[in-house]
Amino acid sequence: MRRGIRHHIGSALLRFLVWSAAVMTLSVLGLLVAYILWKGVPNLQPRLFAWEYASENVSMMPALVNTLTLTSAALALAVPLSVGAAVYLVEYARRGSRMVHVIRLAAETLAGIPSIVYGLFGYLMFSRTLEVGYSMAAGILTVSIMVLPTILRTTEEALLSVPDAYREGSFGLGAGRLRTIWHVVLPSAVPGIAAGIIVAVGRIVGETAALIFTAGTAAQLAGLTSSGRTLAVHMYALWNEGLHMEEAYAAGVVLLLLVMGINAAAGAAARRYSGRKG
Amino acid sequence: MKTNVFYERWMQRVFLLAACVSVAAVALICGFLLAGGIPALREIGLRDFLLGRVWKPGSDHYGVLPMILGSIYITSGAMLLGVPLGVLTAVWLARFCPETMYHRAKPAVELLAGIPSIVFGFFGLMVMVPLVRQLLGGSGRSILTASLLLGVMILPSIIGVAESALRAVPDSYYEGALALGATHERAVFTVVLPAARSGILAGIVLGLGRAAGEATAVAMVAGNQTAMPYSLLRGVRTLTTNIIMEMGYAEGLHRQALFAVGAVLFLLILLINLWAGRMKEGERA
Repeated sequence: MRRGIRHHIGSALLRFLVWSAAVMTLSVLGLLVAYILWKGVPNLQPRLFAWEYASENVSMMPALVNTLTLTSAALALAVPLSVGAAVYLVEYARRGSRMVHVIRLAAETLAGIPSIVYGLFGYLMFSRTLEVGYSMAAGILTVSIMVLPTILRTTEEALLSVPDAYREGSFGLGAGRLRTIWHVVLPSAVPGIAAGIIVAVGRIVGETAALIFTAGTAAQLAGLTSSGRTLAVHMYALWNEGLHMEEAYAAGVVLLLLVMGINAAAGAAARRYSGRKG
Repeated sequence: MKTNVFYERWMQRVFLLAACVSVAAVALICGFLLAGGIPALREIGLRDFLLGRVWKPGSDHYGVLPMILGSIYITSGAMLLGVPLGVLTAVWLARFCPETMYHRAKPAVELLAGIPSIVFGFFGLMVMVPLVRQLLGGSGRSILTASLLLGVMILPSIIGVAESALRAVPDSYYEGALALGATHERAVFTVVLPAARSGILAGIVLGLGRAAGEATAVAMVAGNQTAMPYSLLRGVRTLTTNIIMEMGYAEGLHRQALFAVGAVLFLLILLINLWAGRMKEGERA
């Protein structure tokens, strides 16, 4: 088939536009990753991984540990809530009922709210009204609400893609609804749910605006009631102080590697998911 | 058997409760932001707040018009770059990309979606700001720089939604166009693209919301001057960056005014979302 480069100048032009857009998009990504690695890797020194932050070492270790604790605690809250919500929407609610409509609208609204607004809300509700101050607890509560819709949505899709025959088979063997959900539906939806959770992890790890005024920016290993910065907030704080750009780049490398790892994991989970579906 | 029925009933309630958390969260967010913002609006006056041209907390001037304009300019700039680039890239992914390349290009676009705004901000600050300064003069921290950076940041949102919209168009449309003698490009641009219009629009609105709501990266490259913006090469402050810059030290009425800024931003985003929702309904109908 001769697709007319020669016959149609217009088509050739369109083809050129499409390819150059793709090249531009992908090269921006390449440039960004290469630049952060190039500036950051030489600055990855052992002192950046000391357990205590001090102005001499500018260690990112406390921030790294805080990132892990904040992420896992937020997931411990958000995963049961959002998976439970998705189970209700898919397995219990009548499709198209008013209730489902309202819940879905709420989830979509949550998904669209910018992180700085979450930050303000978290500050007003948790730090001030519930009087937990700038603390990990406030940060955890704030980001767990923030990632609710992400996990809810992917879990819903994963549950919907479980064939009804599985459910009918389970009912036919005499299992109740709950047992069917627990032993049949949820296990076959796990890869899809996992993919959603991993995307949520990525969002929490990269978050700054929602955390600065809730978890605060203290550079220490933080428990629930004390303020602590995550790695992304660490970068923000270093930029704000304007004194330690090299260390900020190094933190950027670690953050970027984390995100790349998370993305690879999400990709693997999604592949398993679609493999099962097919 | 009786305990079973008991469990079934209770667990259904537990699941329902979990589902209601999102609704409660939206209600709480609305409530707290409005309650936080209204005292300041009452004291300053809605008109002076929304249309005031001077933001000087030191002398009790709280006009957010420059920031509303700043948000509008930067968001429109980002859309000017992000929409054509994003839609064309989505077309490439859906209809032009060779199979072998797709397995690398798709994860790359997903990685772009996962890169934290703070990393984008550093890239913008260290690469784009000096570039704009050298090429066009000024300080480099400007509406233009922020628009360029945001334009890149919203690409994955637009690409993701637009690509699945393009893929949802039945192959028979494309094949029909080929059978009528159209080239591959013509078939894609005159038949497939218009058929995916509403989905692509939904993606664009998603990108719009993301651009209007971004705070961290914009704060790093936009310069943050509170004066009325009058040139592409001058710095500007947006609604989002105003909050992130000043919340740390604001007290009293100043702090309440920032809550009011948050409430305005929230309402703005709600409107954009409603618009997106209606677009989706249109798609279904």
